[in-house]
Amino acid sequence: MTETVALRVDPKLTGGPVIDCDLHCNVPKIEALFPYLSDFWREYCTQSAFRGPVDTAYPKGHKTTARPGSGSPPGSSVDLLREQALDPWNVEIGILTCSYAIESIHNPDTAANLAAAVNDWMAAEWLDKEPRLRGTIVIPVQQPEMAAAEIERVAKDRRFVQVHMPARSSMLYGNRHFHPIYEAAARHDLVIQMHFGGAPGNPPTPSGWPSHYVEEYVGMGQVCESQIMNIIAEGVFDRFPTLRWVVAEAGWAWVPAWMWRMDKEWKGLRREIPWVRDAPSEYMRRHMRWTLQPVDPPDVIQFLRIVEEMGSDELLLFSTDWPHWQWDTPEEALPPDLPDELRRKIAYNNARAFYHRL
Amino acid sequence: MVQTLEQTAARRRTRYAVIDCDIHTAPKKPEVLGKYMPERWRRHHEQFGGRGHAGAYYPRANLNAARTDSWPPNGGPPGSDLDFLREQLLDGWGMDYGIMTPLVGSGGQINLEYGAAHATATNEWQKAEWMDLEPRLRGSICVAYEDPELTVKEIERQAGDKRFVQVLLSARTAEPLGRRKYWPMYEAAVAHDLPVAFHFGGSGGGPITASGWPSFYYEDHCGMPATFEAQVTSYVFEGVFDRFPTLKIVLIEGGFGWVPALKWRLDRAYSKLRDEVPTLQRKPSEYVESHFWITTQPMEEPQNPEHFKRIVENIGEDKLMFATDYPHWDFDAPDQALPVRLPEEVERKIMAENARAFYKLA
Repeated sequence: MTETVALRVDPKLTGGPVIDCDLHCNVPKIEALFPYLSDFWREYCTQSAFRGPVDTAYPKGHKTTARPGSGSPPGSSVDLLREQALDPWNVEIGILTCSYAIESIHNPDTAANLAAAVNDWMAAEWLDKEPRLRGTIVIPVQQPEMAAAEIERVAKDRRFVQVHMPARSSMLYGNRHFHPIYEAAARHDLVIQMHFGGAPGNPPTPSGWPSHYVEEYVGMGQVCESQIMNIIAEGVFDRFPTLRWVVAEAGWAWVPAWMWRMDKEWKGLRREIPWVRDAPSEYMRRHMRWTLQPVDPPDVIQFLRIVEEMGSDELLLFSTDWPHWQWDTPEEALPPDLPDELRRKIAYNNARAFYHRL
Repeated sequence: MVQTLEQTAARRRTRYAVIDCDIHTAPKKPEVLGKYMPERWRRHHEQFGGRGHAGAYYPRANLNAARTDSWPPNGGPPGSDLDFLREQLLDGWGMDYGIMTPLVGSGGQINLEYGAAHATATNEWQKAEWMDLEPRLRGSICVAYEDPELTVKEIERQAGDKRFVQVLLSARTAEPLGRRKYWPMYEAAVAHDLPVAFHFGGSGGGPITASGWPSFYYEDHCGMPATFEAQVTSYVFEGVFDRFPTLKIVLIEGGFGWVPALKWRLDRAYSKLRDEVPTLQRKPSEYVESHFWITTQPMEEPQNPEHFKRIVENIGEDKLMFATDYPHWDFDAPDQALPVRLPEEVERKIMAENARAFYKLA
């Protein structure tokens, strides 16, 4: 499909400017990174006909991957991003993410060099061209020392506000293996963005490979549940008390039940993890946020119940998830019947308070 | 500090009948099951014993993950002494019935033929040493579920004994349970009007989360719902219930607070991605509502107990069935398990009447 969707958003829906915490840019082809790669890596890619990491969490031809008319490949045009997301939604700041499956690359040096090239490409081709945009640092997450070095290198550019970690991994993110990443992120006041997707090679469930993409899509909630549990149990937030963590594009209706579960189990077993001094739900409310899309509750009553059960109205951050098609109408993306204070918190204030680099 | 609370006679009585849907009876020693194996497998049982997927063990809260007061006078492990089980559980709480869910690991065996012999022995042992002696007990047909042919054979062998009320699997399987590999098992189960239950635990050969091994028993124990959610998702999108419209699934010890949000998420994902599963006949949440029954232990404890009512309302008051998980440390006592008072009729259903109707108990 090639038609362009003319999007009109009623200004009353957002009640003012918004901060969009989940926008996507995609590397159109590996050659786009060549200006940011050394001769060695250009030759490596050319000779081996390496087209870049081909694994993707997004099915190529489906609309949840790309709205009609969102570019070819989708998410590769700043103009379309302005036209389809930034302008109609009155976006004051939009945070760009690039889900380029660096985690699927087994060669550590290839992974690190491609990650660096993506960051330089994002700065030059997106952030330089559109002042409303902010960036997410892409890292070779499977190589924490190299990842920390990349964070050090890119953090000097204040337009980068967070670090990208794909939700699926071969080792849980609380593991001490990853702590160099958190140390670097905390030092530079960067948020960790744990985002839908990941291609680590191991199954996306604890019981093997499901047949369908839709199962993996639904299951991303459980992937995040396991990660959150491990991050808290391993004491990541005790060791890095200023670290902040955003769960992006994985839903949030599951959060209250997961809080209850973790709190109850902590009451019974906390002697095993004595550094976890507060109930896990307290850590979640203090250190974690969730981006709005996709919105799973079926109506505004259930939406508000979940917010109530989360125990805080400061945990949700507005996102359009452009160019993914998670909603058909703006009212599906942000329910029109929300109380004004909550509406503004979700649309703007929560992100403003959480991202110190904005 | 661990304290043992004095249980008074008054505390041991609930206002309603009780049926316990998750009781872990155990052999007094491994040799006990050997008695029910043919010579070839008895020798194997004695010389090699169980071989599962190594590297999946977390030291638990207590020895055998058991209540410290549940070690019986027979010198065996908790759950191995019928008289003591009667005293501490069936009589102690005035239970009408108890469903045995032995966690002996038949289904997790790497050697599938041994697993099948182990399962058969477990089932024969349930009959001879438990159900023949105690009419309140019901059994679960243990199977080597990673091999469809051996599984079907075992279901056929035991289904004639109506004291077996379900087929029992562990939650972590080698493949998601909706996949076609497992369909012969469902075919045999529905042919004999047997529900298929899966219980906390198991090891399909991979890490116990989608992103590798956690570090602590806290996580092994807390993280279980992720597996249950993945299995429910698989059942729905593989079209298992279109192929087997009378199939009933029981979720044991996986929690249930996650069910409402999962139903929404399934429906929402389906509304966007139905092109991938175009033959599904119904909305995902409708399959969940019609085909799943859920046992209560470990009981959900929302921060605001009133929110518990929302879970019950969403899942349906006919679908929750009380369980204690005896003799494990996280035992739910019948008189204290519910975090909030529900209407009397609903409490009666959850504590006994749902299980009575579902398992066709008198």
